[in-house]
Formats: sequence, C-alpha cells, structure tokens
Amino acid sequence: MELSWWRRAKNQAATVVAIAAAILVVLPLLAIFVYLLLKGIGALNWAFLTQTPKPVGEVGGGMANAIVGSGIILLIASLVGIPIGIGCGIYLAEYSRNRFGDVVRFTADVLNGVPSIVIGIAIYSLIVVRQKHFSAFSGGVALAIMMIPTVARATEEMLLMVPNNIREAALGLGIPKWRTALSISLRTASAGVITGCMLAFARVAGETAPLLFTAFGNQYWNLNPSQPTAALPLQIYVYAISPFDEWHRQAWAGSLILIIMIVAAVAAVRIATTRGTLKGVS
Amino acid sequence: MGVGIEVRGLNAWYGKNHALKSIDMTVLANHVTAVIGPSGCGKSTFVRCLNRIHETIPDAHAEGEVKVGDIEVYGEGTDPVEVRRRIGMVFQKPNPFPTMSIYDNVAAGLRLNGFRNRKQTDELVERSLTLSALWNEVKDMLHKKSGASLSGGQQQRLCIARSLAVEPEVLLMDEPASALDPISTSKIEELIFQLKQHYTVVIVTHNMQQAARVAEFTGFFLMGSLIEYDKTEKIFTTPADKRTEDYITGRFG
Amino acid sequence: MLDSEHPRNTPDPVEPAEKPVISIPALAQAAAQRKTAPLSSALERIRRSRPISSRLPDAAFGWLVLLTAISVFAIVVLVVWQLFDKSRLSLHQFGIGFFIGRNWDPVNGDFGALPFIYGTLVSSFLALLIAVPLSVGVAVYVTEMCPMRLRVIISFLVELLAAIPSVIYGLWGIFVLAPVLRDYLQPFLAKTLGWTGFFTGPAYGLGMLAAGIILAIMIVPIIASITREVLTAVPQNQREAVLALGATRWEMIRMGVLRNARIGIVGGVILGLGRALGETMAVTMVIGNRPEISRSLFAPGYTMASVIANEFSEATGDLYLSALVEIGLALFLVTLVVNACARLLVWSITGGTSGRARA
Repeated sequence: MELSWWRRAKNQAATVVAIAAAILVVLPLLAIFVYLLLKGIGALNWAFLTQTPKPVGEVGGGMANAIVGSGIILLIASLVGIPIGIGCGIYLAEYSRNRFGDVVRFTADVLNGVPSIVIGIAIYSLIVVRQKHFSAFSGGVALAIMMIPTVARATEEMLLMVPNNIREAALGLGIPKWRTALSISLRTASAGVITGCMLAFARVAGETAPLLFTAFGNQYWNLNPSQPTAALPLQIYVYAISPFDEWHRQAWAGSLILIIMIVAAVAAVRIATTRGTLKGVS
Repeated sequence: MGVGIEVRGLNAWYGKNHALKSIDMTVLANHVTAVIGPSGCGKSTFVRCLNRIHETIPDAHAEGEVKVGDIEVYGEGTDPVEVRRRIGMVFQKPNPFPTMSIYDNVAAGLRLNGFRNRKQTDELVERSLTLSALWNEVKDMLHKKSGASLSGGQQQRLCIARSLAVEPEVLLMDEPASALDPISTSKIEELIFQLKQHYTVVIVTHNMQQAARVAEFTGFFLMGSLIEYDKTEKIFTTPADKRTEDYITGRFG
Repeated sequence: MLDSEHPRNTPDPVEPAEKPVISIPALAQAAAQRKTAPLSSALERIRRSRPISSRLPDAAFGWLVLLTAISVFAIVVLVVWQLFDKSRLSLHQFGIGFFIGRNWDPVNGDFGALPFIYGTLVSSFLALLIAVPLSVGVAVYVTEMCPMRLRVIISFLVELLAAIPSVIYGLWGIFVLAPVLRDYLQPFLAKTLGWTGFFTGPAYGLGMLAAGIILAIMIVPIIASITREVLTAVPQNQREAVLALGATRWEMIRMGVLRNARIGIVGGVILGLGRALGETMAVTMVIGNRPEISRSLFAPGYTMASVIANEFSEATGDLYLSALVEIGLALFLVTLVVNACARLLVWSITGGTSGRARA
C-alpha cells in the first residue's frame, strides 16, 4: 500500500479549496469597506454633519438630525436595556440555579432569535398605537429589547467565571450577599460585562427594521423623545431606495459614519479589556 | 516481521526549547525496547520523532538521522505520510474514533490506504483483533457497537488492533497502560510480549517495573539526553551511570 | 517515596523552643501595652460595630434582579400576545388558506401569503447553499491549515463581517453587487446554465439571486464561528490517531476532525438558517419586492420580512394590518423552531456556550 497520486491530489485540492473559501469570504468584506471609504468620503463634508436634509431634489443638506436622533434613541435603549440585561444576568448567575432560571435563560435565547421586524410590530402595537404617535421612546424600547439577551448572557457567563472562593471570602467577611454580588462578583467580571454591553450596543446601532414603525424617522430636527425622530440607519435606507443621485451619495456618507461609530465601539472594547486595567476574567 | 531502527544524532525542538539532544540509539528488530525517564526528559518526544508526529505540533521540528528498516525517516524525499503508515503508534489515552463502529475503527487505516475489497478487509480486521487479543470479546458486535462504548482496556486493545491493521513494521507505544487499571495493564503487557514476534516494539513508560517485565532493552533518558542504553537486566541491576542508578532507586523522579 | 520520608531527609531532633507559646489574651495585652491609644480605640470600634441588619437590602436586591428576570419573560409573553391578538382578524378571515393563497391584493382585501413564504424559503436556502461550503472551508482553513499569524487576522475579518449593519449590506447590494450581477454574472449564468430554468429572464441585477448572495455573505460569520468552535473542540489525540495510521492532512481533517464535529456544524448551519429567515433590510433592498413565484432566480421576489417592512406603515384597514401581523407571527414561529433546534444541537457538542466554567 503506497501513497497514491490520487490521495496526494485530493490533499492538494482540499488545501486549494479551503484557501479559495477564505479568499471568497474576505473579499466582500474588503469590497464593502473600500466602497464605503471611496464613496462615503466623497460625500462627507461639514455640511453633511451639521445640516438637516434639504427638500427633495435639492443638492446639499446633511444627516445631522439623524446622527443626533440615533444618539437619543440609542441612549434610551441603553438606559432601558443594559440595567435589565445586567440584572437578569446577575439573577441567573447568583440567585438561581433552578428551573425558573432555565426558563428565563431559554426565554432570553428565544428573544435573541426573534427577527427584529417582529419586535418592531410588537412595540408598534404595544406603545405606538397606545400613544397614537411614533416616538424615539418606542424606538429606544424596541432596541432595548434586542440588547437585553446579549447583555444578560454576557453578564451571566462572566459572573459564572468568577471563582466561587472569592464570593465565599467576601461572605465570610460578613459582606451581605447583595454587596458581594455587586462590588465583588460584578466588579471582577466587569471587563466581560462591559464587552457584552458594547457588543449589544454595536449590534443595535445599525438596526433599521425595528425603527421603521416606531421611531419612524423625521426630516427635521427633533430632540423630543416622544415625537418621531430621525435615525441614521433609517435615513440611509430611505435615501438608498430613493431615485435621487444626491441622496445616494449621502447614503454612502451616512453609512461611513455609521460604520465608524460601530467599529469605534468595538475597538474601544478591545482596548479597554486588553489594556490590563480591566483584565481579569475575560 | 519487524525491522531495526538506527538513530544517529537526533535533535528535536519545541520552539526554542531544545527537547532532544543528539540521541544515538540502535533498536533491535523483533525486540521490545523500553524508554524510561522522569517527566519532561524527552522520552515521549523521542518516540514521536520516530514517526514524525512530533512535527505536527506548531513550532516543533526535528533533525537527524533515523533509519527504520530501509527507510530514511528524515531523508530528503521521504514523505511523512508514508513513514507513518509503516510505523504504528498507540497513545497514552485510548483514542478510538467515537463516531465509528468497532469494525470501522480497525478498518479505518485500511480504507484510508485504498482497501476496497470487503472480504479482504474482513479478514484483516479479524486478524488484527485476534493479534490484539480482542477478537473473542467483540466478534459479535463488530458493527453494532461504537469504538467508544468499550471499557478503557478494551479501547486500548482496539487502538492496538487499528494500528496493526495497516501492517506496520514497528509499533510505538507511548505509555499505553498508564491510563488503565492493573488488570487491563497486565493484559496489555502480555500482548506486548506476544507482539514482538511479529513487530519491533518501542514502549515509553514511567513505570520501571513494567519496563523490567516486558522489555529486553531499556534506554534511560534525562533532560533530553540518552544517558544509558543496555539490556534491561543490566540497567536495573548494575547500571553504569550514577544518574541511572539514582533514578532506578528512586532518589529522584 | 516522598522527600520527607527519605532517610537522608529526616531533620535532626529539635530543641524545645526557648520562647514560651504566647496565648491570645496575653498577645492582646502585650499589643495594647506596646501601642498607643489610637490603635486600641480602632480595635475597639471594629469589635463593637455590628453590621446593620442586611436582611432588608438583601431582600430588596434579590427582588430587583428577580424583577428584571421576570421582565425578560414578560417581554416575550407580551410580544407573542400582541402577535396573536393583532392577527386574529386575518386568522379568522382566511384560516389555513392564508398560507397557500397566491394572491396578495390589498385593494380587494384578498390576502395570500404564499409568495412571501416562497421568497423567504428560496432566498434563505440559496444563501445556505452558498454560505455553508464557504463557512466550513474558512473554518477548516483557519483551524487546520493556516499559519498562526494569519489565523488571528482572518478570524478577525470574518467577525468584522458580522458587525456590518444590514442596511449597509443593502446599500452595497444595490449599488455594487447588483450592477456586477446584471453586467457579468447573470449573462454568464444564463449562457451556461440557462437550460435549467433557474437562470432565465431579463437580468435586472436585483432579484432573488442578489438576495441569496447578500444573505449568504451575512450568515457566513455565524456558521464559520460555530464551526470553528466545534472543530477546535475535537481533541488533539483524535487527529494524531488518524495521522499515525498514515493519513494525509486532508484525510486527517476528514476522518478525525470533520467527522467528530458533524453534529455541531449542522447546528451552526441551522442557526445561520434562522438568521437568514428573519433578515429584513438587506433583502428588502435587493430582492425587487414583487409578490411573484418564479422558478428563475433572476426574477424579483418578496419575503415575509420585506412585505412587512414595506407595507406596514401604509397599511390601510384593519384586515390589511392584521394580515401583515399574521405574516409576522408565522415568521416568529418559524424562526423560533429553527433556532431551538440549532441551539440543542450546538449545546450537545460544546456542552454549553463558550466560556462557561463554573468554578
């Protein structure tokens, strides 16, 4: 039995195919980033960052209101989603190792898999219909719901990685359980928890579907969270499917801003967790 | 039948760590040779260099002359795949393929090498399982049970059968019984004793009594060097080197 | 033999200690005598202080976190309730026929969801067809074949793909992918494979093929990362066992790695399917948004998520809205089942999500 050329050929072919797959996967990524840079930089200017959209057909104007609007919506989402997510994670890790905990964990996973547009529908009928108007608030709540599972799962996992003897040491010193959970366990796990929050943030920052019928979008400035508000992904979408070249250009610029925001968030997380100040359990 | 192994100037590294330092050794055909030494002395590394499994670890490499029968293991045109077919290896922790039946486990090597004939495969599977003293225990469940459903000792004999199926000339065993209970261990040792009629066996062991029981020759490794290599009897009764004596009598290790 | 038991290591007998053993009260006394007043008063303060009963804050905190956990549960219940409640009208009106009706006619109040179900399924399965070989290929390359330095770079790049928002994929799809399809790929496919009936009709660029390709790019990161996880979980000695039999590297991967990781990979694929089924924006932007059922991949289509995205805010009349919500309900249930299957498979292999290690 000798090593036949056929087996050698298969071995070589497998290597070639695997390399080809890697290239084919990385290629679109590079293509997207290259186009974003090329087309986005071209349309990016100070006016874009500071002005609101001009009437249809006119050249110029910007997405300032959408950038700020996204900020407002994301702020609401974080204020609602992160505490609930962390609380849920603490509950799952520190307070319950029983059936209800399993149910909650399963539910969080279910929530994670719900298509974002379905969340939009639910919030629409729960909040928008009741309030009789679109609002940044309803948009924020929709995004918060999408953040919760990610934050909860990260918190739970990180807390589970904190060794039990640290907890026991704290409890042995007479520190009450709630204090232990917050100041000892959570602090030790903080790097991972922050990572989880940032990842959840980065994920919802680019979400459009749930905002379609909650925040709805707005051509003008609006800082009132109970009114329809512009959001960056929404604006990009509207511009992209429009028939106007000028709006297409601005869609690219907006996309560039959006991707910079997201990459900055993810990079900030990496830096914070590997710098050593927060290094611990992640 | 087995073949002899000639090792000249074998060096091996893990990254920058010089794990084997210029080893010279001659292994006689159809004999059992034991390789002993304290943890980290390089005995496993030595054996893994013989069939070029050592270099599959990232950053690990080896140089030197190793002649197994008429193959230059580290020769210019030598294909490691071919070397590994001719040299069988049994690992410390039994590693049968969990997704395959007992039969498929033994036949795995055959199928890889292009064996398609069902009847011949059947014969070779039976022969290998008989040689490894497992046939009677599993002959009724060859296709029904998976390799991983056997006991530890049976799994290890299955792995031995798997290695034997491809008709190697040398069998390398890296602490084959250290993960097994005493009864399984003694069965394996009996097996090794019988296998040497057909194969050359090199066995790594940290158990000196085991070396004394099964091996005709023993090599003592320490910190990457081969300190002493002689008939087992001599090593254990009148070792020439003080370090060997220290190890044998348990002063360290 | 332990060092301590070895004859040479027995210590010489010890002389009795010269200093007397100090008892605790004596120690305290000596300390008190040696130090000045401040330390003793600090000691006093600590000894005298009792922790404020922590039962109330403990209970309150416990209830607080329980509340957050319940709220997660409540959210899902609310979502499901709303979906069922708001689609009741349509459920009663059309019954099961809703899902086999081919007619989507808001004007006449006749709603059949088949075109959308067809569009969702076809685009998702097309995406799987493209994404699975690519993902498994990348994962195998990264874990088994790649030099160490490249490993980190490529994994990072693949993860970056997952970070790109859907709407940007859509934007890129409209202005970059669609023209490429229209001008190069579609004519090529029509010429070579047109006889199959899948590649006929006018080449707009936008359409089912574009949607399938964009979805494929979007689900590659998920499938690839799970595949990578299960491949790495295969123990090293399985690989060595195959190599020791005289196998080439590919044979080792096929027999020793992929075989063992089969189930986990399937789990990852199903998870990718779940993501593809629910994907909205990118698909809406490139699929053409026409409720047609056509064999050709060049034709425009419509998915369940897309029709909701496009028509929800303009839906006139309760029945229209209800029909759309019913589609949302169907989408929810399908992704629920698919995701549950996937999770079960993946967990059975990796024994829980990565990083989980109870001390």
